[in-house]
Amino acid sequence: MSQASVRKIFIRLVLVTVGMFGFGFALVPLYDLFCDVTGLNGKTNTEAFIPVAELIDTSREIKVQFIATNNENMSWEFRPEVFEVTVHPGEEVQTTFYARNPSSDRMVAQAIPSIAPGRAATYFHKTECFCFNQQTLSGGEQIDMPLKFIVDRDVPRNVNTITLSYTLFDVTKTGVIQTDSLVAR
Amino acid sequence: MSDHGPAKGFGRWLFTTNHKDIGTMYLWFSFAMFLLGGVFALVIRSELFQPGLQLVEPEFFNQMTTMHGLVMVFGAVMPGFVGLANWLVPMMIGAPDMALPRMNNWSFWILPFAFTMLASTLLMDGGAPNFGWTFYAPLSTTYAPPSVTYFIFAVHIMGASSIMGSINIIATILNLRAPGMTMMKMPLFVWTWLITAYLLIAVMPILAGVVTMMLMDIHFGTSFFNAAGGGDPVLFQHVFWFFGHPEVYIMILPAFGVISAIIPTFARKPLFGYASMVYATSSIAFLSFIVWAHHMFTVGMPLAGELFFMYATMLIAVPTGVKVFNWVTTMFRGSMTFETPMLFAIAFVILFTIGGFSGLMLAIAPADFQYHDTYFVVAHFHYVLVPGSIFSLFAAVYYWLPKWCGNMYDERLGKAHFWLSFVGLNLTFFPMHFVGLAGMPRRIPDYALQFADFNQISSIGAFLFGFSQVFFLYIIIKTIRGGEKATDQVWDNPEGLEWTLPSPAPYHTFTTPPAIK
Repeated sequence: MSQASVRKIFIRLVLVTVGMFGFGFALVPLYDLFCDVTGLNGKTNTEAFIPVAELIDTSREIKVQFIATNNENMSWEFRPEVFEVTVHPGEEVQTTFYARNPSSDRMVAQAIPSIAPGRAATYFHKTECFCFNQQTLSGGEQIDMPLKFIVDRDVPRNVNTITLSYTLFDVTKTGVIQTDSLVAR
Repeated sequence: MSDHGPAKGFGRWLFTTNHKDIGTMYLWFSFAMFLLGGVFALVIRSELFQPGLQLVEPEFFNQMTTMHGLVMVFGAVMPGFVGLANWLVPMMIGAPDMALPRMNNWSFWILPFAFTMLASTLLMDGGAPNFGWTFYAPLSTTYAPPSVTYFIFAVHIMGASSIMGSINIIATILNLRAPGMTMMKMPLFVWTWLITAYLLIAVMPILAGVVTMMLMDIHFGTSFFNAAGGGDPVLFQHVFWFFGHPEVYIMILPAFGVISAIIPTFARKPLFGYASMVYATSSIAFLSFIVWAHHMFTVGMPLAGELFFMYATMLIAVPTGVKVFNWVTTMFRGSMTFETPMLFAIAFVILFTIGGFSGLMLAIAPADFQYHDTYFVVAHFHYVLVPGSIFSLFAAVYYWLPKWCGNMYDERLGKAHFWLSFVGLNLTFFPMHFVGLAGMPRRIPDYALQFADFNQISSIGAFLFGFSQVFFLYIIIKTIRGGEKATDQVWDNPEGLEWTLPSPAPYHTFTTPPAIK
């Protein structure tokens, strides 16, 4: 038996082990990239979309519905000002969400969006969104939070209704985590 | 060198670098964990004997299901097979010992610490991990008891142990084969372990990665799995099952090797289709990396994903079918005798096939929406793990124990153990198919009234199966302490280098490589 070849195999296998440990972590951005490319998981853009002058496709109408949910233990009042709008693809639309902090303490919230059906997510461009940043409200304070979006003209023909859901998380304790630090766009 | 015997006292076990000593310790450790995990299972079955809450709080019930799964997977099955590999691989390939004997000692001795740490969580404030052995985030992060950190480090240590064991096995098989022992002459047990070791090296680091991400989410404020910070709980499931699916083959491939050694001996025919067995094992190992999402059909995948994972999963039935047909063909027109190892091996072939078929049912994506998280899943994976992995370990112990300790076990007692286990296991797990199809969810301490009868049968079967294993312990101890002396061959013309050695196998074997025909 040769000690040298045992050593060679040992070193190789240790390298494979280290490599696979790294690959485990690489799965995180790969997963986000995969979701981004395929539009799976209903994830939307996390930074403002820069609109290019686009024609408005007035021949199509798409219903966009809004849902606001509080994650557990989140005490804020949180709701869309309108629950449904009808838009033409290519048209920039503005709406607002209302939030109020009924507690007496300053709180920080983060809204996390999700789109259904998931395949519409890549065609839903937000040019301005309160979900791009965390919201800080002192006790009793209320706010109207703007949302501007464009539904892409290339949205598949069989998509007639898009539901945009926001879940509001209490991040007062966890604080400064930025959404885009971990999410590959 | 060959007249150098074992050291005296406890130091022998603590400092040993002998593959036989380390194999023995792995096997005893595995058996101890098997009994511990069995006690947890009996707590579960006692509570489920009747609907309603009788014995334990739901919180504790969840800790029991979690600990049962973790202890059985990482404590009983995996170390059991590593123990077999330690004992048998060097003897089967004509090597004097493992390639890295000191690391071998280390990879065993960190295990008791890992499991002491894991078991100690039962005594902690907030209790043991209660999120299921699959520890899905956020149950295992946001909502986990404080003891989750001990769980994470225990998993790290178990993973390190498995990886070191695998490196050792691969280095041994690739380097220390006796001259003339070509790859395609190796016994199938060696082949299946070689492939298993590669699987372990590929996926145990992923497991270490996923628990590290949990650790960082819990203590360092990252958001891998926390939606509020931009993470995604579904990501957890993908990473976990990328480890988890190869893991289930890690627990069954060595069993295939054991069965492929036993059936030819008692059918008195060479194994049918040796080469196809090697290729089938390799294909199963490869396919295991591309089917993980069949555990998550209900998370909301696109149709293309569901279809891909469904077809890829069904494809695994092909190499598995090759194996089953090879075993059956080996037995066909053989002059069969039914000693205890053969009984366990035949039961393995039949019952593992049942588990395989229920796996095929679960692989059908549209049907899985109904089966998901029901007792049908519990029935399925217990049918592949208990009569699969566990029965093959029993079969291996009965088959090789005379070689290890030099004494024959009592055939009457062995057969009694087989029949008690066989009846007990079928009573326990077969009714679970029915309650599962009827809609009983898994991981609940209480259930609807209409499931009461089948659950009672399951509980009775579980106690029968559990106590049969105490009987097994008695048989092993009785065999080690005395009994009829085993011949060197032990069985009727068995194949393999280990049978050319005296019984019991001397402390040092093959210090000069044997001649291979």
